Amino acid sequence: MLKRLMPLLAVIMLALGLAAPASAQLQVRVDEGNFKPTPIAIPDFQVTGTNTQLARQIADVVRADLASTGLFDMQNPASFIQRDLSINAEPRFADWKIIRTDALVVGAFEELPDGKLAVSFRLWDVYGGELMRINGEPGRRLTTTPENWRRIAHKIADSIYTRLTGEDPYFDTRIVYIAETGPKTERVKRLAIMDSDGANQQYLTSGRSTVLTPRFSPSAQEITYMSYEGGRPRVYLFNIETGRQELLGNFPGMTFAPRFGTDGQSVLLSQAQRGNTDIYIMNLRTRESRRLTDHPAIDTSPSMSPDGQSIVFNSDRGGTPQLYIMNTDGSPRACPSGGRDTACRITFGRGRYSTPVWSPRGDLIAFTKQEGGKFYIGVIGIDGKGERLLSESYLDEGPDWSPNGRVIVFFRENRPGAGPQLWSVDLSGRNERRVMTQTDASDPAWSPVLQ
Amino acid sequence: MHTFLKASAAAALLAATAACASRPPPANDTPVTPPPVQDTVTETETVRTEPVQQSSIKPGSLEDFRVNVGERVYFDLDQYRLDSDDQEILKRQAAWLNAYPNVRVLVAGNADERGTREYNLALGERRASAAKDYLVSLGVSASRIDTVSYGKERPIAAGSNEESWAMNRNAWTQIISGATS
Repeated sequence: MLKRLMPLLAVIMLALGLAAPASAQLQVRVDEGNFKPTPIAIPDFQVTGTNTQLARQIADVVRADLASTGLFDMQNPASFIQRDLSINAEPRFADWKIIRTDALVVGAFEELPDGKLAVSFRLWDVYGGELMRINGEPGRRLTTTPENWRRIAHKIADSIYTRLTGEDPYFDTRIVYIAETGPKTERVKRLAIMDSDGANQQYLTSGRSTVLTPRFSPSAQEITYMSYEGGRPRVYLFNIETGRQELLGNFPGMTFAPRFGTDGQSVLLSQAQRGNTDIYIMNLRTRESRRLTDHPAIDTSPSMSPDGQSIVFNSDRGGTPQLYIMNTDGSPRACPSGGRDTACRITFGRGRYSTPVWSPRGDLIAFTKQEGGKFYIGVIGIDGKGERLLSESYLDEGPDWSPNGRVIVFFRENRPGAGPQLWSVDLSGRNERRVMTQTDASDPAWSPVLQ
Repeated sequence: MHTFLKASAAAALLAATAACASRPPPANDTPVTPPPVQDTVTETETVRTEPVQQSSIKPGSLEDFRVNVGERVYFDLDQYRLDSDDQEILKRQAAWLNAYPNVRVLVAGNADERGTREYNLALGERRASAAKDYLVSLGVSASRIDTVSYGKERPIAAGSNEESWAMNRNAWTQIISGATS
């Protein structure tokens, strides 16, 4: 890959605490203080047909996706010199070097006879003077129905992002959240869903019953969440395609804090009964549940590791809410602090830790921390080392990971009395951004990349 | 009970002659229905012999429970322990419930906004259960008492300050059925 794109990759490697592989390309040393976004030019696409407006909208979404990462410096089209780009010809690199862009995307939009649309694109390394192949191919061509145009844009942005950073994609995804309206003492809370960039917002429930804490299944087809339907707080499944809701299990007590197991065949949840909260796992095929913790303290907010072997959860068994890890099969494990136990505490800093969520990469756990009148979103290694706080405000709560483990979405009440809003922050702690919603919003959860 | 609430309760006692210690602190709270305005001299004199609030409340009614017994007990930060003030209120609740055996109640546990949603749901359930267990220990049948936790989702005070948070850390005994209408 070209030299000037190296800082980008190097920064990501640093942020993840990974050692750089022994490759000549990765010898560029960049510390985070010197981070500079990589210049990229994405001119409007060549158009075959009449719908130049749609072609421009697609290019706009691609640009917005990439700009939202904070990793790219999107070049102003007014500065472009070459105006006769063609998808089938090499660009005049000299023209693009003058405006100091490192990467150039050349795209073409076609309206097909069957009413569908197609977008083709190629990615050029301006300083290297060569084509950057994508999955071994010289370019990509994507076809869809006009209604789905935003997904084509997200897929193009994902390809470019993945090719330039080496990271897995995350733009072609959705976010489910709780839409909140009304005064604080009589809040209406509805299940809502939108594209990861805030487009296509839809409400999935009426607001008649309070709903909380939605989470996606690994197939992105189902959501598990908690609802006060019928006055009883319990965990439900919601099928996005059919709109069907289904009560999960037949627990005598309150069930809450649900989250799918890694393989999608199980749901972890808490049951509170007679003043005690423990964690259970329910097999979705057999509908049998198994108790995973049995402790007089509160055990809640379970989240499974990507390999399915371990579960991180929140417990106040040590006197205050802290994070613990247990084996899914309940067997004792070797704790980072020494000794063997069925649950190993991993947070020892000052303050209260809750809402742990295991990274899709497996190496980090995101959490909410409360200390000294403030709330923080942070990450910590599964060995309890390397805690880093990424955000801070009056109330920052409920992190969830983008499917590639690079970005964390959470909700924030900026000041006392302010309604909650969705925000995202990069794993490096940079690029804190508002995720726009039509109403106040809380409990965001990120879908896997769509199929 | 939280120091602030003690002070508030004292202030409430001074301010409202008909209020008793079980009455929740005044700020942002559901007000007790005010006595009807009397505008003739004779009626005012009649009223003077007997407090209006007392006379307008039927024994065994929702109002009786709310005004003369007390619906809520309040907790310290992160706690679900019942102190002696809370126990006093729950003793009055139990005596009242034992006197009106057809009444069924829902005890709702609540938490302030300075905690995370899921943990607060568990904490609210602990508080509701602590209140229920105490009522049961005083002879109220467990089958008459349901519990629910609203965590931090249903604050009674909308403020974001110590005063409101103290109000919102409660177990609230609500009559579901069986009261005198």
